[in-house]
Amino acid sequence: MFFVRTFCAGLLLASPVVSFAQSKLDSLQHLEEVTVVANRYLEVIPSQKLSGEKLEALGSFSVADAIRYFSGVQIKDYGGIGGLKTVDIRSMGTNHMGVFYDGVQLGNAQNGQIDLGKFSLDNIEEISLYNGQKSEIFQPAKDFGSAGTIYLRTRRPQFADGKPANLKAAFRAGSFDLANPSVLWEQKIGENLSSSFSAEYIYSSGKYPFRYRKVFQDGTVAWDTTAVRKNGDIHSLRLEGGLHGFSDDGKWNAKAYFYDSEKGIPGAIVNNVWKRSQRQWDRNFFLQGSFQKRLSGELEALANLKYANDWMRYLNPDTTLMYIDNTFRQQELYASFVGKYSILPRWDVSLSADYQWNILDASLQDFVYPRRNTALTAAATAFEWKRLKVQASLLATFVFEDVTRIQHGAGDAQPGRQSGKADDKREYTPAAFLSWQPFGEAKYLSPLRLRAFYKQIFRMPTFNDLYYTDVGNIALRPEYTTQYNLGFQYAGDWNRGLIARLDVQADAYYNEVTDKIIAAPKGNGQYRWMMMNLGYVEIRGIDVSARIDWALPYGVRLHTSLNYTFQKAQDFSDPSDNDPRAGTWGGLIAYIPRHNGSAVASLRWRAWDMNYSFIYVGERWHNSSNIRENYEQPWYTHDLTMGKTFRFMKLKGKISAEVNNVLNQYYDVVLNYPMPGRNYKLILKIEI
Amino acid sequence: MSKQYFLSLMAVFCLSLVFCLSLASCREDDVVFEPETVPVDKPESPSAHTSVRGFYLLNEGNMGSNKSTLDYYDCETGEYLRNIFAAANPSVPKELGDVGNDVRIYGGKLYAVINCSNKVEVMDRYTARRLGQIDIPNCRYIRFHEGYAYVSSYAGPVELNPSYEQLGYVAKVDTATFQVLDRCLVGFQPDELEIVGNTIYVANSGGYMFPNYESTVSVIDVPSFTETRRIEVARNLHRLRADKRGNLWVSSRGDYYAQPSRLYRIDLETETLADSLDIAVSNFFLDGDSLYLYSVEWSYVSMSNEITYGIVDVARREIITRNFITDGTERLIRIPYGIMVHPRTKDIYITDARNYVSPGTLYCFDKAGKQKWNVRTGDIPAHFAFLED
Repeated sequence: MFFVRTFCAGLLLASPVVSFAQSKLDSLQHLEEVTVVANRYLEVIPSQKLSGEKLEALGSFSVADAIRYFSGVQIKDYGGIGGLKTVDIRSMGTNHMGVFYDGVQLGNAQNGQIDLGKFSLDNIEEISLYNGQKSEIFQPAKDFGSAGTIYLRTRRPQFADGKPANLKAAFRAGSFDLANPSVLWEQKIGENLSSSFSAEYIYSSGKYPFRYRKVFQDGTVAWDTTAVRKNGDIHSLRLEGGLHGFSDDGKWNAKAYFYDSEKGIPGAIVNNVWKRSQRQWDRNFFLQGSFQKRLSGELEALANLKYANDWMRYLNPDTTLMYIDNTFRQQELYASFVGKYSILPRWDVSLSADYQWNILDASLQDFVYPRRNTALTAAATAFEWKRLKVQASLLATFVFEDVTRIQHGAGDAQPGRQSGKADDKREYTPAAFLSWQPFGEAKYLSPLRLRAFYKQIFRMPTFNDLYYTDVGNIALRPEYTTQYNLGFQYAGDWNRGLIARLDVQADAYYNEVTDKIIAAPKGNGQYRWMMMNLGYVEIRGIDVSARIDWALPYGVRLHTSLNYTFQKAQDFSDPSDNDPRAGTWGGLIAYIPRHNGSAVASLRWRAWDMNYSFIYVGERWHNSSNIRENYEQPWYTHDLTMGKTFRFMKLKGKISAEVNNVLNQYYDVVLNYPMPGRNYKLILKIEI
Repeated sequence: MSKQYFLSLMAVFCLSLVFCLSLASCREDDVVFEPETVPVDKPESPSAHTSVRGFYLLNEGNMGSNKSTLDYYDCETGEYLRNIFAAANPSVPKELGDVGNDVRIYGGKLYAVINCSNKVEVMDRYTARRLGQIDIPNCRYIRFHEGYAYVSSYAGPVELNPSYEQLGYVAKVDTATFQVLDRCLVGFQPDELEIVGNTIYVANSGGYMFPNYESTVSVIDVPSFTETRRIEVARNLHRLRADKRGNLWVSSRGDYYAQPSRLYRIDLETETLADSLDIAVSNFFLDGDSLYLYSVEWSYVSMSNEITYGIVDVARREIITRNFITDGTERLIRIPYGIMVHPRTKDIYITDARNYVSPGTLYCFDKAGKQKWNVRTGDIPAHFAFLED
């Protein structure tokens, strides 16, 4: 508590500086950008959004950092700027999360993992997260194809009157030797056409101190070790260019994306091994386009197209271990066509057809060079009847694969290997969403909406699951999730007392993951595994969130949000392992806490803003056997950001400073992967 | 705007901070684990007492988990002590280490080979108190001979050549100073070793060379500490054990494709491959003339592991049984991972590594193959060392 007191005193001391600064800036109040989103369909599906200044105020570095503030989400973070960061929604597993970048899904047919640490917030305008699927029927079939979905939307050019171009530049520097310059250039080409270009470079040495310690029962220190995290360096370059066009009855955009990085893989900290030398190179490139047009009063059409080429090299130069130097190249082609027809003003139907082609090439022994063709068709409908809104969809997925196997010696008669390819898959998955406003226009109660959904969806086994040499298993079936959700939302302008706007949501849910693909011990010898459909998980949870915009006197604006998730994600895979204390049967699955939550408060006053955010992740176990050896302590971090906008000549700028993990807590999110303690960042942004 | 107003806002800010802190004040210090004592068997009657006091069981722990732990079974009290290393050595950072691969007692010392921590932990044989460590990268197995320890290692000399393929070696270690005195290069990725007279036999696996596995046993002359020859056996050798009749029993893992795992016999007189028995071997334990073994073989037909618990009579060189568990307990064992036989009572100990990431189980069977007791262990229970008077 001592620290808290001194910390508060520090804040109070800062305030005279604030009031001094105000006098100079009275006439230079900057215009707040206000984005009004027309809600044609009020959202039927639980969703959470972070955009504009609220997103910026959090001071998050990567998309993964920002997503931590959503309820129902667990992040696996291996630490540092370059460390792998993946997201898991409602404990169904990271492979069930669809991530869409400007409307088109980011794919990884090899292992299904999207590293959200790769996506910087520099040019991202909005992040939204949907349980089930986006509350929209006019969307490609792939958008119906995940158990939970994150949409990342990059900035769309907007020009003030008479301004032909926007130019923004930012520079971030701070702990871990971070240097992160970025530029954004938006150019108006014609009345209905504009372009945007963004570039970003990140360097970090990834060095930070971490600390492990243990104490005796009586609290005296048994051992206490501080060391520096090594081999977590990263260099990365991101280039992005886009064209945005509008017409009276439609819009289109095209974009090219390039990402190149080299990074160290810091690895697990274990006894006697405090440094590793594995490295990874990534090169990702994609081109995508989207075209949308209203063909008549009732008919609208949307087409999407994408080509992606992802290259990755993994090197283990440590010759005390097995020397590994592998490269992987994936390619993806994707095309989608959607049509929506309004049968009645309040009744729409849509039909979409997608086709996707994936290929993986790897420098692995006995690799089978898998090719996958996926065809998806979705039929969906949305209608409103009085105060009831309904959306329903049916997705049909067809998967056909092909492989090339190298023959060893005579024929196929090898008892120790699978031959051929995975069977064709035909899967049909429904979803239904319902929202009801029970009180009509009744005072106070009109913003209340009840909602419910049911969704069944699957994830395909990845190429690694199916074909990785020795580990893969072509007999794998898709891994299914079934979700049931019941909840309410109370959202609306309040304008009473100090509260300007209120948004309270709560959802209770039950999910099942069946045929979960897990690695099972295989045959003779150490560390041989086989992918099997052996897992079964039941998840019961409650997500609660409350967001309040406060209207305070003297033009002070305060926004607060609280998120809380309770979850019981239990492993029911192995009925024989049912020891009540140590068995995995009924145990909480790895890394999913019972309680987690976040709290954010952002304060704005004239040119100043300040943000405080708190994240809490409760006790967890790193294995479904919930014994002391597998116990992971809760962790929680407090982050503070303070910023000030300024004007200098024609420049508009902002300078901000961040202190993250203020209390310098040393913690692991993943066993033996230490996270950074207190760290700092200074950010300068300039706009013309 | 009044200063008071701004100050009060700040105060609200701080209050909420304090509130959050109090809500979340449940992170605690990690406490050194005390061993958990589990009674599993009746205390030994004085008449039944043998020279065997008990045994250590080394749990491997999955790679990267740093969860190799040491358990101890006390034959006299019938108690099982789980996870004893941390309490015996509370000041050792990050405890025993990552992936235990072998455990042996020699003289007054207990040696635990910790593969991914690149060291052999040396402890007192009775208290498991740390005496020091022997640094050997990627160390695998340990044996002793005339005051020296011999440790096999996958890690050859480091060379900056990407196409370089590293030979493994056997390290000669002074058991008094824990210093590595010499290295003898052998084949690729050497596993178990056995010392007979003045000769060390090393099973080369070539496990990193897939699909070009090794297929030889290296023969090292102890006085000159050089490899004198190789005996061609079969692909991907793993374990070897000499019987008292002049035979060396060698197990192969096979190449996991066309060649299955098998048991081979080398005639030590001629140092040549004599014959083989048609039985797969994952692990074995030699007690007198009985070679107790189990095997786990993956079948793509049944899509499951097929498991055998066998006994080979090394005198008659024949398989006596293919299932020495007689009460149906084998149905409970998911992945047998360690095996040992009590030299006096002939009780058979089998460990079950289950799914490699959850705690395993140690089963004790009497000599008739009936389960006497079982107890939860650490993750991947695997290696045994008897503690005798």
